[in-house]
Amino acid sequence: MDAVYLLFILLLSIFVGFELIQKVPATLHTPLMSGANAISGITVVGALALAGSDSMGGYSSYLGAFAVFLATINVVGGYLVTDRMLAMFKKKQ
Amino acid sequence: MIETTTTDLIINFSYVLAAALFIFGLKLLGHPSSARKGNLLSAIAMLIAIVVTMFDNNIVSFQMIAIAMLAGSILGVLAARLIAMTAMPEMVSLLNGIGGLASLFVAWATVEANSEFSVFTMIVTFLALLIGGVTFSGSLIAWAKLSERITGRSVTFAGQAVFNSLLVLVIIFAAYLFVAQPTMLAGVNIDFNMVLYTAMGLALLFGIMLVLPIGGADMPVVISLLNSYSGLAACAAGFALHNNILIVAGSLVGASGIILTNIMCKAMNRSLTNVLFSGFMPVTKTDMVIEGEVKPLSAEDAYYVLEAAQSVVVIPGYGMAVAQAQHAMKELQQLLEENGAEVAYAIHPVAGRMPGHMNVLLAEADVSYEQLFEMDEINKRIQNFDVAMVIGANDVVNPAAREMKGSPIYGMPVINADLAKNVFVLKRGMASGFAGIDNPLFFKPNCRMIFGDAKETLGHMIRQFSD
Repeated sequence: MDAVYLLFILLLSIFVGFELIQKVPATLHTPLMSGANAISGITVVGALALAGSDSMGGYSSYLGAFAVFLATINVVGGYLVTDRMLAMFKKKQ
Repeated sequence: MIETTTTDLIINFSYVLAAALFIFGLKLLGHPSSARKGNLLSAIAMLIAIVVTMFDNNIVSFQMIAIAMLAGSILGVLAARLIAMTAMPEMVSLLNGIGGLASLFVAWATVEANSEFSVFTMIVTFLALLIGGVTFSGSLIAWAKLSERITGRSVTFAGQAVFNSLLVLVIIFAAYLFVAQPTMLAGVNIDFNMVLYTAMGLALLFGIMLVLPIGGADMPVVISLLNSYSGLAACAAGFALHNNILIVAGSLVGASGIILTNIMCKAMNRSLTNVLFSGFMPVTKTDMVIEGEVKPLSAEDAYYVLEAAQSVVVIPGYGMAVAQAQHAMKELQQLLEENGAEVAYAIHPVAGRMPGHMNVLLAEADVSYEQLFEMDEINKRIQNFDVAMVIGANDVVNPAAREMKGSPIYGMPVINADLAKNVFVLKRGMASGFAGIDNPLFFKPNCRMIFGDAKETLGHMIRQFSD
């Protein structure tokens, strides 16, 4: 049953995503991509629990920590570079 | 989820808040004036999600987390600060790849951390591994192509189609072994770790094979698609970990990538399958010969036309990015405006190497986004412009797409530069564009070619204006 709930969430958020992103103008497509990329760094949340649990044994916590490292690059780099780009989009003074 | 504790409740409640902020942030990204705020909201959502996750009861040691986050943040800040705006396509594809690799590692760690899985969990974990791996290696190849570390053209070899079909079959077989976990098959012992490593290797190989045959002008499609994959990989990881926020955020990214892919494909009048597999098909040669002669013009002579022009439309392409001519163009734009002319920019959806590439370059040069027009808007009134200046664009202004049935790009929507009263094409030489097709625009009676580096040519014109 859990899987069905998760699929519900998936379905609804895909619809929301389509609705929202269709309205983004072509001018902003590059910042949209890098911003979306930063959002995909959300894997960091999944990686955190895996990295912090040393009770589970094996090298899973090392793998998790590496995933945290990678996803953090994505989050920090993605948001900052998007902000840098968006700061340049100006109206005529 | 084993049992619901108060902490779990708080964490999940905060995830709902984060999801709402992500959605609201994307909504604000719909207009240039509010986009920056939208990005900030999205970043706040991410911060909330990360901070509350730290309260998870399963997390007992923070040492490694702290080191990993610190190192990641430093690298992220450096990359975002140091990257040149012209290198944005490379940056985005690298970030895509890193996101994919992170999902792959999450899936791998999930497998190592637990011993018993349901079939459903195994399927989604395999998907996270596969999509993550494909995103990573595919993005690396895209990055290498964009930064010209390997050839930007389509790479094909004999038997590629057969090889790829076999690869897909082997991946499906690996998926079966991964999910069903048989210990014996046809009398052979199967070690699960071997299956895991092989699956990862296959995913990486598949990513390489997918992007290698795709040529330079099709890069915008590939980057959008990989962008979508990096979201879907996060989504699959969310299923494996039963984590709602991963699914919501991942599918938002997935949807965004799919929409961009679709826009790019439409702008090239090609289906996604055609772009992905065109490298496998034989090149259709047309023996159409374009009659006529090209008429070169010096920058000095072009200046006299520009000085008299009432309206100028600039059509930039990848060549402008290569020549870094955006700042010179902005300077010329100011001079033209002081001279009383109206200056507009026409941006084709697939101009450059990624969606919105030209817009970012022009924004960097301080060109107001209100002066940038999409193809359809400008085509309605292109015949009213005195001069159309094509800077480093080729295929996106090729009238063959409109008037030559049988041309490989026939039917592709293009900016009708040839309908303007005068056309200046700033170009290095007579080489054809990435599609490798001759451009009849260059032979039209109203077209003049200004050969040379675009930045230098614009510099000449600017100096003429100043004198």
